[in-house]
Amino acid sequence: MSGQRIVAQFEIPYRACLDGDGVPLGALPAWVDDAELLRHMYRMMVRARTFDTKAVNLQRTGKLGTYPSCLGHEAAHVGVGAAMHADDVLFTVYREIGTKFWRGVDMLDILLYWGGDERGTRYQRSPQDFPFCVPIGSQMPHAAGAALAIQIRDQRRCAVAFIGDGGTSQGAFYEAINFAGVRSLPLVCVIVNNRWAISVPVVAQTAAQTLAQKAIAAGIPALQVDGNDLLVVRDAVGDAVERARAGGGPTIIEALTYRLSDHTTSDDATRYRSAEELAAAHRLEPIARMRKFLQSRGLWAQADEDGLRAACSEEVEAAVKQYLATPKQSTDAMFDYVYAQLTPALRAQRDEARRYAALAH
Amino acid sequence: MAKMTMVEAINMAHAWEMAHDSSVVVLGEDVGTNGGVFRATVGLQQRFGKARVQDTPLAEGLIAGTAIGMAAQGLKPVAEIQFMGFIYPALDQIASHMARLRNRTRGRLTCPVVLRMPHGGGIHAPEHHSESLEALLCHHPGLRVVCPSSPARAYGLLLAAIRDPDPVMFLEPVRLYRFAKQEVADDGQALPLGCCFVLREGTDVTILTWGAMTVDSLKAAEQLAADGVSCEVIDAGTLAPLDFDTILDSVVKTGRLVIVHEAPRSCGLGAEIAATVAEQALYDLLAPIRRVTGYDTIMPLYRLEHDYIPGVARIVDSIRTTLAE
Repeated sequence: MSGQRIVAQFEIPYRACLDGDGVPLGALPAWVDDAELLRHMYRMMVRARTFDTKAVNLQRTGKLGTYPSCLGHEAAHVGVGAAMHADDVLFTVYREIGTKFWRGVDMLDILLYWGGDERGTRYQRSPQDFPFCVPIGSQMPHAAGAALAIQIRDQRRCAVAFIGDGGTSQGAFYEAINFAGVRSLPLVCVIVNNRWAISVPVVAQTAAQTLAQKAIAAGIPALQVDGNDLLVVRDAVGDAVERARAGGGPTIIEALTYRLSDHTTSDDATRYRSAEELAAAHRLEPIARMRKFLQSRGLWAQADEDGLRAACSEEVEAAVKQYLATPKQSTDAMFDYVYAQLTPALRAQRDEARRYAALAH
Repeated sequence: MAKMTMVEAINMAHAWEMAHDSSVVVLGEDVGTNGGVFRATVGLQQRFGKARVQDTPLAEGLIAGTAIGMAAQGLKPVAEIQFMGFIYPALDQIASHMARLRNRTRGRLTCPVVLRMPHGGGIHAPEHHSESLEALLCHHPGLRVVCPSSPARAYGLLLAAIRDPDPVMFLEPVRLYRFAKQEVADDGQALPLGCCFVLREGTDVTILTWGAMTVDSLKAAEQLAADGVSCEVIDAGTLAPLDFDTILDSVVKTGRLVIVHEAPRSCGLGAEIAATVAEQALYDLLAPIRRVTGYDTIMPLYRLEHDYIPGVARIVDSIRTTLAE
């Protein structure tokens, strides 16, 4: 057509370091020479999965509330944790225990939270990180706000936010990335595309070819990575974090993974997805792949694996024991944190709750 | 002391606190270069710089949510929602996060945010620009909801709101923005939150109101005084948590209560006040509690807005009715 020209074009790069069997696809980043870091990252994946398996079992036996398993997401979660600096600030959805553990959150905290106790958000070793965010997508403006605060104070830090594939349909996601783009905020957004938002697959969520390209509309650089590849997640997010901290602005990274579990323990994924699809996804899961890579480099032996499994189980069992032995909060706890100071009306209600709690015991 | 309008007093409170607390940051739509559509933030960006007076993209949910992240990082955001009728996209952030952050982290993270917003009608504004939605906010534990009724109270209460460690919804009655000038000392003195203001003492009936309706309520009291009726007019000031001590003391004294608000009647804040007074002071009442409120209709476009907003005549009639009971 006369007078027509292309005013914008885009492409979304895809990156992976390892294939599905843990074989390098090309030259690896220099930091991969740090054998102890690699082993630690692997350990943190196994630690998350050991905890996760136990948490599901606790729910099944009535000892934990509804729980959203992270099975299959370990590389995406641990890789982000490994890419962050301690003074960065983290905003998660509700599955990212691998990231939280990396940042020093106790297993007990996670058990308490899903076990119905607000004390599970104490996060003593990452005191600026936000707790899990259940209303989908609503954490994104908080991350943008933290990034704005960092920018206003001219600090060399960044905010890192997770969001899921379903979350990228929320207005809050678009509003936050739009703001991050226009202000060049120190924000790294990791879209964990695990293909399923409860029962809705990504193809029913959006007609966009990738979720990463949603960043283009916000003027933010984007890429897609193999989210089951611990090395590429750590590398790509690490680059983005360093850039953000240096004042280079935001990045959006779509990590392709697969939710191997039900959405939560209240869900039954056999109602909406095939056994074949699930089996195929299991073959690409992140932990076995990383183990094969470590073994191929002579960095991991069966004895290491046996020792790690035993140590993780022991740690999880100790946390569970502590969790089960933790008495519930007094009814005062409902009232103590509504405002900085108890109001007269709340004091009267607190006293009423105390009386009835005493009667019940 | 300078005489000034409410909007000037609000501007002055911003400037005082920004000059004395470097963590105070203003954000919102058109608050910077333009100084706000009502000019409440005029001059602040020039004086304090673009980092501390932020023109945001046009997204109320983003403004509220961004303020949460900023507050948790130790800033004190004072954000403007351009009109209260546009609060709905921000409600998710206000209710799901702002009101709850302290509680859900056992006090580890807090949200000392002020969300300012023009409240109510009466200025011939377009559709969606004249809403009185305080009940939506008062229903959420964890929020403070404040509504000043004069330039001096706007100054003192806004300072208190910014200094408060919890999120404060600051409702500014649009009819009063430029209604009357009053001397306001720029002394940085905050007024207390959570306290009613007794605007006129009386013995026969208590009129409890807030925001722009204080003006009509005082006029009604004046009119009735000519007939020998002694009205006590109380400005609630802080709508949540509400100072029931002052209200109950007054009702015990007068035995009669008329609640006046611009918002619709059903499930309005007047219902909550009436219920609490009935629970705690029923036997001190000489007559049923009465409400004078907006109707349970959609806020009309401006040709009918003064038929919707309760005026002096409705307040006077209601008081006469309660006195006859």
